[in-house]
Amino acid sequence: MNLLLEIGCEEIPDWMLYGALEYLGAAIGDLTKTLRTGEAKIRTDATARRLVVRAEGLIARQPDSEERVWGPARSAPAPAIAGFAKKQGIDVEKLEILSDGKAEKYSYIRKTPGRATTEILAEALPQLILKTPFPKTMLWPGKGGARFIRPIRWVVALLDNQIIPFEIADVKSGNESSGHRKLGANRFPVTYENFEAQLRANFVILSAEERKRRIEAVPTKYKPDDDLLNVLVNLTEWPTPITGNFDPSYLDLPGEVLTTVMKVHQKYFSVAGSNGKLAPQFVAVTNTDGDPDGLIVHGNERVLRARFNDARFFWDADQKRKLSDRVADLANVTFQAKLGSYLEKTERVVVLVKELGGNAHAERAALLAKTDLTTELVKEFTELQGIIGGLYATAQGEPEEVATAIYDHYKPVSMEGDIPGTLTGQLVAIADKLDTLRGCFSVGMIPTGSKDPFALRRAAQGIVKIIVEGKLRLPIRRLLGSDAALEEFFLDRVRYYFREIRGFKYDEVNAVLAAGSDDLVGVDERLTAVQQVRPTADFEPLAAAFKRISNILRQAAFSSDSVALELTLLDAGPEADLHKQIVDVSAGLRDLPTYTSKLERIATLRPAVDLFFDKVMVNVDNPAVRQNRLTLLHGVLTEFSTIADFSEIVTTSQENK
Amino acid sequence: MILRLKQYWGERGCIIQEPFDMEVGAGTMCPETFLRVLGPKPYRTAYVQPSRRPADGRYGDNPNRLYKHMQLQVILKPTPADVIEQYMGSLEAIGIDLRKHDIKLEEDNWESPTLGAWGVGWQVMLDGLEITQFTYFQQCGGLDLDLIPAEITYGLERLTAFLQGVDSVYDIEWTPGVTYRDVRYTDELQYSVYNFEAAHVPTLWKLFEIHEGEARRLIDLYAESKPLEMARFPLLAAYDHVLKCSNLFNTLDARGAISVTERVGVIGRVRKLAVSVAEAWVTQRLMVGLTA
Repeated sequence: MNLLLEIGCEEIPDWMLYGALEYLGAAIGDLTKTLRTGEAKIRTDATARRLVVRAEGLIARQPDSEERVWGPARSAPAPAIAGFAKKQGIDVEKLEILSDGKAEKYSYIRKTPGRATTEILAEALPQLILKTPFPKTMLWPGKGGARFIRPIRWVVALLDNQIIPFEIADVKSGNESSGHRKLGANRFPVTYENFEAQLRANFVILSAEERKRRIEAVPTKYKPDDDLLNVLVNLTEWPTPITGNFDPSYLDLPGEVLTTVMKVHQKYFSVAGSNGKLAPQFVAVTNTDGDPDGLIVHGNERVLRARFNDARFFWDADQKRKLSDRVADLANVTFQAKLGSYLEKTERVVVLVKELGGNAHAERAALLAKTDLTTELVKEFTELQGIIGGLYATAQGEPEEVATAIYDHYKPVSMEGDIPGTLTGQLVAIADKLDTLRGCFSVGMIPTGSKDPFALRRAAQGIVKIIVEGKLRLPIRRLLGSDAALEEFFLDRVRYYFREIRGFKYDEVNAVLAAGSDDLVGVDERLTAVQQVRPTADFEPLAAAFKRISNILRQAAFSSDSVALELTLLDAGPEADLHKQIVDVSAGLRDLPTYTSKLERIATLRPAVDLFFDKVMVNVDNPAVRQNRLTLLHGVLTEFSTIADFSEIVTTSQENK
Repeated sequence: MILRLKQYWGERGCIIQEPFDMEVGAGTMCPETFLRVLGPKPYRTAYVQPSRRPADGRYGDNPNRLYKHMQLQVILKPTPADVIEQYMGSLEAIGIDLRKHDIKLEEDNWESPTLGAWGVGWQVMLDGLEITQFTYFQQCGGLDLDLIPAEITYGLERLTAFLQGVDSVYDIEWTPGVTYRDVRYTDELQYSVYNFEAAHVPTLWKLFEIHEGEARRLIDLYAESKPLEMARFPLLAAYDHVLKCSNLFNTLDARGAISVTERVGVIGRVRKLAVSVAEAWVTQRLMVGLTA
C-alpha cells in the first residue's frame, strides 16, 4: 500500500525545509518499521507551502502476534487456575500444561490481532507531525492550540487513497490539496498516483530539482551562487527567472557593495560582464508563470535603483570623515560588555600585531581595521565589515598594503575560504582573532557543546589555517598567553583542522602533535612526511615496535635520568647490533633535507629492532643488564620521536584485533 | 487607497479607528493593538497610524526613508484561517492585479524589546518591494497571548509609490497638482534637524524621567488600590506616559546621546513599565468582567 502525507502550511522559511523533511522521512520510516508494516520506501519533498512524505510498500494490517503466557503451576489449587483462565478470557479446558524448563505450568498462546495500518497511522501522525523540529515555532490559534512553524491549513493523508482520519488544530485530514496561491485552485482532490500531476496542473512543481533546473534555464549568464539558488528554490512553487537592467553609472560603486545589495537584500543573482567586472544586469526569480507586460521586471528594477541610491548616499556621506578620524568613535561601540569597547580592542590588537612581527603598515591596518563599524554603509550592510574599511582606506589614500590588510582581516570566513592574501593581512587577522580568544577566555566565555556565541571555534580554526597555509613560523603557545584552557581548546582546533579539513588520519595527527605542537608549519610538514612514508613496508611494523618499547618502559617505571648507557654491558649480537644501528642511523639524520627522507632512514631500523625483540630478553634477573637494556630502548624512543611519536600510530594488526 | 483599505477591512468585521493622537514608533504601540491583543476577548480593528522613527530621518533627501511615515494597521484576533487570502484580496481591492505581479512571503520575525513583545511572520514582497509586515503575535508586555492575533502593517508611502509608479515617495501625487513633497518635505527637514542636531539632551532626559516617574507612580498606585477602584483606574493614562518615554528614548538615541552600554539599561526601564501596564491591564479587564 502507498502512503501520501502532505502537510499544507503557510509559507515556511526557506532554510528550515531541509531539517523538517529529514525528520519527517526518518520518523515515518521509524513508525512503519516498529509497527511491522513492512519495509517502506520513503520519499520526501517540499515547497514553501507543503511538506510531503510518500511511502511505498506498506501492508494493510500489522501482522497478528503470538505470545505464550505462563500461569500457575500444575499443582496449584483449582480456583487459582480458574482465576488465571478468567483473567486471560479463555476457558480452562483450553489451557495447556507445559514445562517452562523448571516446572510444569498451565499456559496458553495469546494471539493479538494486528491493527489496521490506517488506524495506527491515524493515531500516530498528529503527534509525529507536531514534533517536527523547527528552530522557532509559533502557537495558534491560541492557548491550548498547536505549535508548528506556521499555521497548518490543510492536510492530505491517504493510504491507498483512503483517507487516514485525524485532526490537528481544527484542520481535518482529507484528500484535498491546494495549488499555487495565484495560479492554482485553492482546493482540489488528489490521489497517490495523480498527486504530482495535479499539483503541476495547479502550478506547483513538487520536485526541488526540477525547480532548480527551471531557474538555471535562464539565458542570462548570471554568477552561480548555490546558497542563493537553494533559497530561491525553496521560496517558489513555480519559479520563473527574469532578467532586469540597471543604470551603468551605478557600476562606479564597488562590486562588493552592488553584489551584496542584489544578493542579500533583493535575492538577485548578479551578472558578470567583460574583464571580470559586473554587467549592469541582474536575474530575479519570480514565483509566477511569466511577466507578459514587463510589470515585474519594471518593479524590480525600480526597487534595485532605490537600493543602489541608498548605498550611494551612504558611501558619499561616509567620505565626509576619514577612517583615521573615526578611531576615537570606537570608544562608543561595544565589543563585548565585559571586554569593553572596540577602541580598547583596537589598542590591544595594535600591540599584538607588533608582537607578531608586524611592520608599521600592519600597525596602521590594525588601528583602522574596526573603524568601518562607525560608517553608515556598514551599519546598513553589516556583512561587508572589513571589506568596506578596505575600500574606504584605498579611497582615502592609505597605502595599498594597509588597505588590503583591512579588507582581508576577517578572512578566512569559512574553512573553505581564502586566507588573507598578504603577510600584513595575515598578521592583522591573527592578532584580531587572538585578541578575541584571549579576551573571551579571560572572562570565562568559553564555548560549551553547541553554544559558541562568539564563534571562537571559527576564530581559532581561522588562526590555524592562516598560520599553516601562510607558512608563518609563530610560537603559538606563547601567543595564547599561557592559559591552559585556551591552549587545550586551541589544540583541539588544531586537531580538527588537520583531520577534518586536511584529511589526515587521527592517529597520524596524534603522533605528530605528541612530538610537538608549537610550530604549526612544522606540524604540517611532519604530518605530510608521515602520511607519505606510512604505506612503506617497514613503517607500521616499526611503529608497532615503538609502541612495544613504550609499554615496556612504562611497565618498568623507567626513569631516564638514572643512568647512562654502559657499552660494556651490551651483549654481542642483536643487542650490540641494535646499538650500532642507532648510532649509524642517527648520525646522518640531522643532515637529511626533508622529514620524508628522515623518516625513511628511521624506518631502516626495523630489522635490527625486530631481531632484538626476537633474540634478546629485556627483563633479565641481573638488574644492571636489565637497566642497561631499558636505557638502550629509551634511547631509540627519544632519538627518533622528534618527528612523530610512533607509539601513537594505530597499526593494521591492532585494528584487526 | 486608504479609504479602499478601510472599507475592505470594515467589511470584514474590523472596527475602523482614527490614528492614535500621540507620537509612536509603530502602529503596534497604540493601545488599540498593544492592550487589545491581551486577554481572551476577540477583536478586529484597522487604523492608519503615523509612525515616528527619529533615527530614520534623512532631512528629506532620501527617496525611501522618512522620519514619519504612515502605516495602515490591521489586527485580526483571533486569526481567521484564510487570513492570507483575505490579505491578498485587500491588495486586489486597491487595484493591484496579482496575476500580473510577483508576490512572495519571506520570513521576517518581529521583536520589540521595549514592549516585551515578539511574533513570527513575513515581509510581503511585491515585485521585490517590501510592502507589508505580517506578524503572528506570540507575546505582548511579556505575557503569552490567549488568542493569537495576526497583525498586518501596510507601508502606505511605499505602496502608493508603487501604485503610482514613482521612484521617490516625495513624487507621490497626493491630490491632483499636490505632491507628497509639497505636503511633507518641510516636516522631514525640520524634524531631522531637531532630532539630529537641535534637541536639547538634558531637557529630553528630564522629560524622560518625568514621564517615567508618572507612569511608575500610577502603576504602583494601581497595585495598592481596592478592587472597586482598580476597575476604574486610569491605566490608559499610565500607558500614555510609557509611550512618551519610548518616543523620548528614540529621540535621544537618534541624537547620539545614549551610549551603547546605556542603551540596554534604558530599554530595560521602558520595558519594565510596558510590562507592568500590560499585567495590570489584564487583571483590570478580569475585574471589570467580574463587576459588570
